[in-house]
Formats: sequence, C-alpha cells, structure tokens
Amino acid sequence: MAEEKKARRPVDPNSAKYKLGKIASDAFADAIEAKKEGKPVAWVSSNFPVEIPETLGLATAYPENQAAGIAARGAGERMCEVAEADGYSNDICAYARISMAYAKLKECPEQDVAMPDVLLCCNNICNCMIKWYENLAIELNIPMILLDIPFNPDYEVSQAEIDYVSAQFWDAVHTLENLFDLKWSDERFKEVTGFSCRSSRAWLDATAQAKYTPSPFNGFDLLNHMAVMVTARGKEAAGEAMEQLLKEYKENHENGTSTYRGEEKYRVMFEGIACWPYLRATSHGLRDRGINMVTTIYADAFGFDYHSFDEMIAAYCSVPNAINLEKSRDKRIKLCKDNNVEGLLVHTNRSCKLWSGFMSEMSRQIGEACGIPVTSFDGDQADPRNFSEAQYDTRVQGLMEIMEANKEAKGE
Amino acid sequence: MITLGIDIGSTTSKCILLRDGKEIIGKSLLVGGMGTDSPKKAMDTVLKECEITPEDVARTIVTGYGRKNFEFGDGEVSELTCHGLGGRFVFPELRSVIDIGGQDAKVIVLSESGRMSNFVMNDKCAAGTGRFLDVMATILQMDIGDFDACAAKSSDPASISSTCTVFAESEVISQLANGVKREDLIAGICSSVAARVSALARRAGVMPMVCMSGGVAKNGAVRRALSESLDMEIAVDPLAQYFGAIGAALYAYRQAIK
Repeated sequence: MAEEKKARRPVDPNSAKYKLGKIASDAFADAIEAKKEGKPVAWVSSNFPVEIPETLGLATAYPENQAAGIAARGAGERMCEVAEADGYSNDICAYARISMAYAKLKECPEQDVAMPDVLLCCNNICNCMIKWYENLAIELNIPMILLDIPFNPDYEVSQAEIDYVSAQFWDAVHTLENLFDLKWSDERFKEVTGFSCRSSRAWLDATAQAKYTPSPFNGFDLLNHMAVMVTARGKEAAGEAMEQLLKEYKENHENGTSTYRGEEKYRVMFEGIACWPYLRATSHGLRDRGINMVTTIYADAFGFDYHSFDEMIAAYCSVPNAINLEKSRDKRIKLCKDNNVEGLLVHTNRSCKLWSGFMSEMSRQIGEACGIPVTSFDGDQADPRNFSEAQYDTRVQGLMEIMEANKEAKGE
Repeated sequence: MITLGIDIGSTTSKCILLRDGKEIIGKSLLVGGMGTDSPKKAMDTVLKECEITPEDVARTIVTGYGRKNFEFGDGEVSELTCHGLGGRFVFPELRSVIDIGGQDAKVIVLSESGRMSNFVMNDKCAAGTGRFLDVMATILQMDIGDFDACAAKSSDPASISSTCTVFAESEVISQLANGVKREDLIAGICSSVAARVSALARRAGVMPMVCMSGGVAKNGAVRRALSESLDMEIAVDPLAQYFGAIGAALYAYRQAIK
C-alpha cells in the first residue's frame, strides 16, 4: 500500500515562523532582484557588521547561509566534490568548498544566490574565511574588503582593539562608497543600528525563554530562525518578526505548550554548528529519547546588542570564535545554568577545526563547572561524508542514560 | 526469574542468561554480528543449551550496535551502560571499563555507586580498535590469538607511527620488508593500540579499579601495554567478552522487578 502523505498545515501568515521564513527567503530573492536591476551585490561573511551594507543600501547574500541551505537540502556532497575536483582539499571547511563550487558553477537549484560584485569578509568567526574570500576574489575577479578582527587572547576587549577595528570599519565604508557610488548617511546608520539592536534584543530574549522547564520551544527551531539574524538583523521586519517569536514563546510558557513535541524529559546544550545534512537525524535522535536541545551559543552568537558605536565594535570583537577559552567557557556555563541544562552534546565538526579544537578542553571545564555529563559526536556542518548515524545514536543514548541515572540518584 | 541479555556487536553476537540478577546460567558467543543471522542463532543456542523456552524468559534486553534491529528483544540499552553494569557484576569495586571491540573503543567511568558518570569513545577512525588488529593479523598472516605469545618474545618493539589503519598497514609491510622481526612488529602494533586507547582513558578520567572488556581484552600484549601506559593494574576476566550481554541481562532483571 502506498504510504499516505500527511498534508502539511498551512503556516499562519501572522506567525513568527511564517514571517521569519519569508524574511530568510526574501533575503536571497531581494539580492537576485537587485542584481537584475543592475545594482551591486555583496557576499558577506556572517559576523561582518551588517550595519555597513544595510546603511549604504548595498544588496547582500551570505555564502555561509547559502551553504547551510544547500547542505540541508542534500546537495552538500555534490558541491563539495566540484570544489575537490578543482584541487580544494576535503580538509577545508565544507561551507568554503560549497561556496567555491558555486562561484564556479554559478547555479545550484537547492539555493541560488545573486553573484557578487564585492566581498565583505570579517575573520572574527574564523581565519579560514580570509583564504576562502581571497580565492573567491581571485576566481571572480572582484574586490574583497577585509575587516580584520583577530582572536583576542584577553578576557576583555581593549580600547586599542576597538580603535583598530573602528578605523577599518570607516575604511570599508569609504571604499564601498567609492566603488559603487554609494552614500553613507548618519541618519540611516542610526536607524539601522536601531533595527539591529531591536532584532537582537528580541532574539536573545526569545532564546532565553528556555529558562522555563519545560522549555516553550524546541531548540532546533532556533537553528532555522537564526538565518534571519545572520542575513537580515538590520532590517525593520526582522525586529518585528523576532518580537512575534518572543511573544509566542511567552504565550507557550503561559499556556503550558511548546514547539517541542512530546514530553521534555532531559535538557541539553548543543555545542557547535548544526550538522545540516543530518538535521532530521540529529534532531530526531534527541526527540525520540525525550531530550530537548534548549540552548546553543551558536544561536546567541548572532545577537548584537549595543548602545554606542564603540559598544557595537566591541560586540563584533566578542563573537564566540574571537574570544579566549575562559570567556567562551564562562558564556556557555551561564547558558547551561540559566537554562537548567542537564547534559552537553558537542558536535566535533570536521569543517570547523577552530571550534572543534578548543571544545575538547572547554567542554571538560563546562562539564566540571556545571556537574553535567558531556559527550561528543563526529560530523560536519555541510559535508555529509563525515557523519555516522549509528555513532551519533550510541553517544546520545549514552548521554541520556547518564542523565537518567543522575535523575534517579537525585530521586527526581 | 530468568532474564536474557544480547549484545550484538559489529563482529560477534553474545548472549547471557541470568537467574534472579545474580547467577549466570548460560552463555553463547557466535562470530557474526549486526546484519547476520548470528544474533538469533546465539539466542537460540543459549536457550537450547539451558533447556529454557522463550516463555521462561521474563525480559530480554538487547545492546550493541545491532540493538535497534533485533526483533526478539523487549527493549534496548546502549552498550555503554551495559559494559558498565556487566563489569561491575564481575568486579564489584570496578570504577572504569576499557572496552575495545571490533569497530570501536570506549572508556566508561563509574561512580562509587556503580552508575555510569562519564564515557569517551573513539572517533570515526578504526585505529585503536579490534579492526586495526584484524588488519595487522592479516598482513602478518597470523592468528590474532597468537599475538600475545609472539609479542612476549619481543626485545625491541617496533615503532608504528601511523595512527591511520590504512597507513599503518603500509608501514608494517615496509618494516617487514626491512627485516624487522615479527615479534617486534606485533609488540609495536599492540603498543600503538594501547597508546591510542590510553589517551581516551585519560580524557574520560580513568580511575582504579580498571578492567578490560570486549574481544581485545583477551590480548595480553595490548593489556600489558595499556597497563604500562596508564600506570594502573588492569583486571581481566574470562567473561570479558560477555560484559555487554551480562549488563543487558542485569538491566532486564532490574526492569522486570520494578
């Protein structure tokens, strides 16, 4: 008998899910439209100050976001192989390989983007980004603007670092003005920063609703919604949609409902970039055991709240991969404690050597400080060849069994 | 009350019949694990040998990589929990289990009361697992059961620098060609497994009393190298390969009396 396909319920157009989904898809469509109209398009790294292109009215596309979409829709391996055939090692970040493949093919039905006229690169998220964008610049013969935010070995951001990055910020603005005949407006900048902070505040407040037990949402929702924070946090519509999301989460808590289906028996923090090619397997592996991933620093990383220009720069200097182990650890410990986390699941992501490299020691320290079990699994943010479902399953089950034993020992 | 534990690994299937959570009344081990008919045969064998019908079994728990696809169990539990339970059944003072199986290696740390408090497993690489030893035995045209005695004759263990099974294979072939003695190579191979697993053990927070489980527990050369590397005594028991199945049977008993 043919399997009956469940009809999907139409999404309420007033819901946050609908609004956020539309903003995310519009982000790609708007850039394609701008390109058709002959306007310049920038490819932008995810933690580049969005305030610059948004204030200048420069259309944007985000290769990391595109690569995640391509991987989630099953084309990661095909695109990676195109890049590998051109000599890019499979040790290189899979987002970079997918992006290099797209720069060559200029099409991928799983997620097309407008081709760029300029590259806006910021290395606060990783240094591989620099070589990735340099290669794009050479292959596409277009300019690249680098905002250098080096890894900060100190706990706090110094004024010297703020000054260093601020000078580059204005240099990037002037370069873009000259390249594309754009005009910076302080008034527009003020408006954009207002939108960006509004989106960020609502987003961070929404993710913080996991402080309630049970959580009013399934943490995997955040992985979808965060696309808006990456690509459109400086837009007015993003702030509105994030406030709607916050409102819904608060209502869920008041009504005793949640987007997490089933009984929330255990609460974990997920560490690392999502394993996009296996989002369903990784999500169901948790859900089937009553585990809710209630928090992840990966989602919060795209919330930038500030009250002055210097604070904005400091926020961009404080993204998770640019700060030292102690500060990174303390941020995560706070998330674990604020959200009553009972276990930590670490994605050892072959693509992201930086993140996976420091997690071995950091997760040990977090586990000790919070008194929670920690386990890791091997995977990849976009290359499906680096994940084993059986391995994931055994480790998640082991983690669950420790959490279960801990509850029994506490008499819960 | 009789309970049954079945451990379906990647290369073997093991069954244990337990009476009242205390006494092992039967066991079986068949080569062939997940994806073969060995799990069912192993179950039929132990039931037949003990003259017990499936109806006499109060509860059956399945563990190991094949735990999800075996239709004759009442439930499944990870091999991590089961190796901890099984090890503790045999060694009541046990705090750490080092399990080296066919395709993975894991270190399980137990609390004072015996519950699993931490575990670390190998990554997606076969180095440091039974598979690594199988590949090396094939190259050396030896029975893996002879590794222990052969390694004991070594006076100068060879250094196997490659951590990858495939690269180590060519390294061993090249050392053989260069006239390195077979016993020195085998001692080096066992040390290389031990080095990899002892790193996992340290990460997990290994503490005495330590025992080994899984098929590689039978390999005295690996055991000795591990013991040296960790500077800890490593206990072993003839039932080491059955720890997963013992733990599953014990888990089944605890569930059944709840």
